[in-house]
Amino acid sequence: MLIRTPPRHDPTASEITPRRVWQRRRELIRAAAAGLALPAAPGLALAQGPKAEPAKLPAKPGPFGTTDKPTPYKDVTTYNNFYEFGLDKDDPVKNAGRLKTRPWTVAVEGEVGKPGTFGIEELLKLAPMEERVYRMRCVEGWSMVIPWVGFPLSELIKRVEPTGNAKFVEFYTLNDPKQMPGVSSSVIAWPYVEGLRMDEANSPLTLLTFGLYGEVLPNQNGAPLRLVVPWKYGFKSGKSLVKIRFVEKQPVTSWNRSAPQEYGFYSNVNPNVDHPRWSQATERRIGEDGFIQRKRPTLMFNGYADQVASLYAGMDLKRFY
Amino acid sequence: MPAWTSSASTEARPARRGGVPRALPAIKAVLFALALLPLGRLVLAGTHGWFGGLGANPIELITRSTGTWTLVFLCVGLAVTPVRRMTGLNWLVRLRRMIGLFAFFYAVLHLATYVWFDQWFDVQAIVQDVIKRPFVTMGFAAFVLMVPLAATSTDAMVRRLGRRWGALHRLVYLAAVTGVLHYWWHKSGKNDYSEVGWYAAAVVLMLGWRLFDRLKARARG
Repeated sequence: MLIRTPPRHDPTASEITPRRVWQRRRELIRAAAAGLALPAAPGLALAQGPKAEPAKLPAKPGPFGTTDKPTPYKDVTTYNNFYEFGLDKDDPVKNAGRLKTRPWTVAVEGEVGKPGTFGIEELLKLAPMEERVYRMRCVEGWSMVIPWVGFPLSELIKRVEPTGNAKFVEFYTLNDPKQMPGVSSSVIAWPYVEGLRMDEANSPLTLLTFGLYGEVLPNQNGAPLRLVVPWKYGFKSGKSLVKIRFVEKQPVTSWNRSAPQEYGFYSNVNPNVDHPRWSQATERRIGEDGFIQRKRPTLMFNGYADQVASLYAGMDLKRFY
Repeated sequence: MPAWTSSASTEARPARRGGVPRALPAIKAVLFALALLPLGRLVLAGTHGWFGGLGANPIELITRSTGTWTLVFLCVGLAVTPVRRMTGLNWLVRLRRMIGLFAFFYAVLHLATYVWFDQWFDVQAIVQDVIKRPFVTMGFAAFVLMVPLAATSTDAMVRRLGRRWGALHRLVYLAAVTGVLHYWWHKSGKNDYSEVGWYAAAVVLMLGWRLFDRLKARARG
């Protein structure tokens, strides 16, 4: 029957070991499946993704931590919404191997005093790396707890000196059909564009993110750099960013454009404002809630109300959803 | 099972008695085993981690899988009559009850997964869901429509209902349409119709064939 007792996920260091075993197993299977072709075509092997362990990304512990159990690395890196690599949750891990994250540049433009193009190596050294253990709430009703590595986006913002006209920030995800099989689909308009108000972008919570679990981001999680905005639904946090643009008018974001009645510009996590097709009052914490435990209540601003509620003082959050 | 070849069949013309293969019991056994494969896959994925396991969100995977297989069996069930008529393999109708009951079986699993593991028997939340959200309303309607069909699937019920049995079981057309709508609206927010489009096309094809067939019969008669 369907009733079963899943193994309890223990979020201690012991999680790491099974992951490495698991990763190695996949490698071996892949190598076996490829037979002799793999050693004969090293270029191909490289293009399929690094065979070595992901590089370490040292970080000091950062603020806003949570006592919630971190979601197992395997779940964080195999259950992803990253439509540039396909619509199913397991598509990104299958297809993101062909994404080349070096060289990588991010254009910073628009209403700034110092526009320019930043190389990824330069960005990695821009500010001290911090580990931020954040809750991540997807608009679809599931959530995770992820130890991200990065630094506040405000560190970058202050260096490019926004002008007085900079009221919003747009974030553009890479749009390359050669590396991203999913962009051939017409689900949404590409490139993927997300946006924040300036004060949201400057919130100390808003993280320019380069890694997770102490290592560089796996491609499927938005390598080599992404945004993490923990009090908003996950889709607000653009992945694999290539352009950051400061603008005066509220950006037309991808999901807002695709389904305006379902996805507003703000998209703050809010248990009191339902999605038209499902309730947002509860969420299923991946790896925890399900067979043996019911879904948990969703918290206002995903539990970050102390930090961000003041940004929306006086706003009707039902209207500005 | 004489009932299936009796006048209670949905077909106006009586099915020819000839052509029933000797292997019919074996064919039925094989079909039964095949129809259990989707469930077997889920069970083994859950208990042994086979086929890649149930993934990070097992409830979602089980819900989607059982929902998909409900639609598959509905479509296959709807295909029986057109295929039978086109090929002359009238004995195919003898497989239809099992196909229909498997559609209901997976629908029960689908609903049970939602009621138990997604909503944890929170009646208020479920009622809210059914009332407020069209895609849930459609899914619930499809299930409700299937209940009387499953309940009247026994030989005794077929005999008892006589001609009305055929009329009642046309509800399956509505169940298939609402089932597809349920899936369609579930996918509509993401404009992702790649999969549900196939089921919609299949149902439209099957129902379209019936309409065409009826118009043709009327023109003739």
